[in-house]
Amino acid sequence: MSLGGYDVEVQRPGGLATEEMTLNMGPQHPSTHGVLRFIVKADGEVMREAIPDVGYLHRSIEKIAEKVGYHGFMPYTDRVDYVAAMPCNQGWGMVCEKLAGIEVPRRAEYCRVIAVELNRIASHLLSVGSMGMDIGAYTPFTHALREREYINDLLEELCGARLTFNYMRIGGVAWDLPPDWVPKAVAFLDRFEPLIDEYNALISYNKIYVERLANVAVISAAEAIDYNLVGPNLRGSGVKYDVRKDMPYSVYPEFEFDVPIGTGEVGTVGDCFDRYIVRIREMNQSCRILRQALAGVPEGPVLTKVPRKFKPPVGDAYIRLESARGDMGWYCVSDGSEYPYRVKIRTGSFTATSIIDKVSRGVMLADLIAIVASFDLVAPEIDR
Amino acid sequence: MKQLVLQLTGEGGLLAGVPYPLAAALAMLLFGAIVVFVFVLPVAGVTSWLERRVWARIQSRVGPNRVGPQGFLQWLADGIKNMLKEDIIPTAADRILFSIAPYLVVIGFIATFAVIPFSSALVIADLNIGILYVTAVTGLVVVGVLMAGWASNNKWSLLGGIRSAAQIVSYEIPAALSIFPIVLLTGTLSMQGIIQAQGWAPWHWFLFHNPFTFTAFFIFFVAALAEGNRTPFDLPEAESELVAGFCTEYSGMRYLLFFLAEWGNLYVIGAIVTTLFLGGWQVPHVTDNPFVLAVLQFGVFFLKSYFWVFIAMWVRATLPRVRVDQLMSLCWLYMVPIAIVNLVGTAIWMMVVPAGLDRVVQMLMTLGGAAIVVGFFGRVRFHLRRAKLRDVDYYYNPII
Repeated sequence: MSLGGYDVEVQRPGGLATEEMTLNMGPQHPSTHGVLRFIVKADGEVMREAIPDVGYLHRSIEKIAEKVGYHGFMPYTDRVDYVAAMPCNQGWGMVCEKLAGIEVPRRAEYCRVIAVELNRIASHLLSVGSMGMDIGAYTPFTHALREREYINDLLEELCGARLTFNYMRIGGVAWDLPPDWVPKAVAFLDRFEPLIDEYNALISYNKIYVERLANVAVISAAEAIDYNLVGPNLRGSGVKYDVRKDMPYSVYPEFEFDVPIGTGEVGTVGDCFDRYIVRIREMNQSCRILRQALAGVPEGPVLTKVPRKFKPPVGDAYIRLESARGDMGWYCVSDGSEYPYRVKIRTGSFTATSIIDKVSRGVMLADLIAIVASFDLVAPEIDR
Repeated sequence: MKQLVLQLTGEGGLLAGVPYPLAAALAMLLFGAIVVFVFVLPVAGVTSWLERRVWARIQSRVGPNRVGPQGFLQWLADGIKNMLKEDIIPTAADRILFSIAPYLVVIGFIATFAVIPFSSALVIADLNIGILYVTAVTGLVVVGVLMAGWASNNKWSLLGGIRSAAQIVSYEIPAALSIFPIVLLTGTLSMQGIIQAQGWAPWHWFLFHNPFTFTAFFIFFVAALAEGNRTPFDLPEAESELVAGFCTEYSGMRYLLFFLAEWGNLYVIGAIVTTLFLGGWQVPHVTDNPFVLAVLQFGVFFLKSYFWVFIAMWVRATLPRVRVDQLMSLCWLYMVPIAIVNLVGTAIWMMVVPAGLDRVVQMLMTLGGAAIVVGFFGRVRFHLRRAKLRDVDYYYNPII
């Protein structure tokens, strides 16, 4: 096989050469998080290369946008990244608003931030939980999913759906916060914040877990920038870059929060553990944002009047926002008609797949699982 | 047993005319089958049910609770379901090896039951090389697993089989080295002999005999977990890495047999630990009635060994899986040297320490062990109570 054009010859001391084994990991494999495929060349347990083969979940979402119109595309954005659908909703809303120059009401912005941050916690919970499961510990997964269920309940009450929300609209959000919803969300935060410490006690600083993740797949800051890593993957390498801070959008400048970065506390900066622990810390920061947002929701409408036949002026717009998987870009070209001329979505998971081959050479087969889990790859987001 | 067979084959017996060796062999087969079907298979099945329930409790789930009271008969339902499933043999597989591999694994674990002493009378065969026999027949498991991995003609299976071979062969060394101190102390390999050398009270157990046997106990338990492919050493069938390891291609009854062996093996681990270190079936002399005594001894032995089954489940629900190189370095860099030190240390202890001091040390160690257990369960209780304090109804869903 000449995929990628690599040809690594295995030489053992004493000239005893062994045959490389080509393994197809995926598309159906328990720990590839969806239908993602790796063509792995292994010498026993040691990996020589692991080439990601993407495209099994391609649904032409960007092409669909050209056929369904601006309003009609909102439900499809849920499917771009179904683990964190709210940021995708927000991205599409933001890019359309920038195209047409629509001002979003402040209450709607607060609703958006609350929904997105809750969804970010849910997404990170799934990520750290499945990371535990990929390492072989099943209990953290169920505990993480238990908390995620509470978030799903909250979001279900907010917008009627648990996974693909379709909550936001161009120019605001679809529904106002339900009555008595804010105290429930605060009660959830009161319960959830101490549980993060419990989760750390359960798995994060477990000796075996740390041994499995520390110093595995170290990515330096320069490398991470070169390979265009974003979000927690980039911050795990020690780069303090968060779109919410560095290119503020929505009402994020009004909130106080930190950007956690990897410090290499158990190994080297930029190893799998750093990427993992950054997500745990981000949940804390999301809780901080949520508390401030829930305390200060202003009164007012949640949706501006946007014509049903939405025809933005000719032009293009690019916006970026911090999704659960990092810097997400939305580009839309309008030709003045009811349908977008072209839509392009830039996602964090897709760029993260490019570095997997580089960091997984010479590590053990079990490490590949940890590496894939630490990048928090979501297959639909890779392929769209 | 022998008298019964003699009586049956003798004058006027039911089997008069049948030569004695044949009758004896038949009787052994019959008795073995009864033991296997009445005790061994249910134990493995119930262990599977219990593991799923314990796991579910730890993971804040419910677990199987539909078949029978508390889902107790779930294992029967699973067994029937698996027997009715199609037994698929891949076309590219080596049919013969593929077919016999699960049986080899199961034989490896069932054969150990021949020497496990459930009470002073309830033992199928009190071999004079009992403990050696156990280590020998559990070696059959690795042959079966490697055979399954190779014959499946699947790369994941092969990796699982090879991992298993490397792991079991390595971990047999610290396990065996941890048995030797006990053999030194008792001077016998017979399981009954080892139990008879201990007493019913904890300070008569070999666990608290001296610091070296105390360490040997933990080495043995960890090594036994590794031999039984249990988390944190479940690499051969690591689901997230190797799909299902050596049993990827198996289905139906053959697949079930592997898991039967795994769960049955848990009980074997507990039984051997109990025999070697925890006084086996020893109970205080409360009655002379042999039947009551046998029931008591059986109960004590069963509970002691099942406690360790529970611990293994607990460990499995708590710990992640180690990596292959970590697994090997743990064995060869830490466990084997410590086990050798234990062996030598026990020998020196026997020569040096006078009899009077011996008693004192045993009492002190028992107290220390009790303190560890009390402290540990105090911690568990503390955490449980702390978790309960926050147990507020946070279910928002208006529909349910």
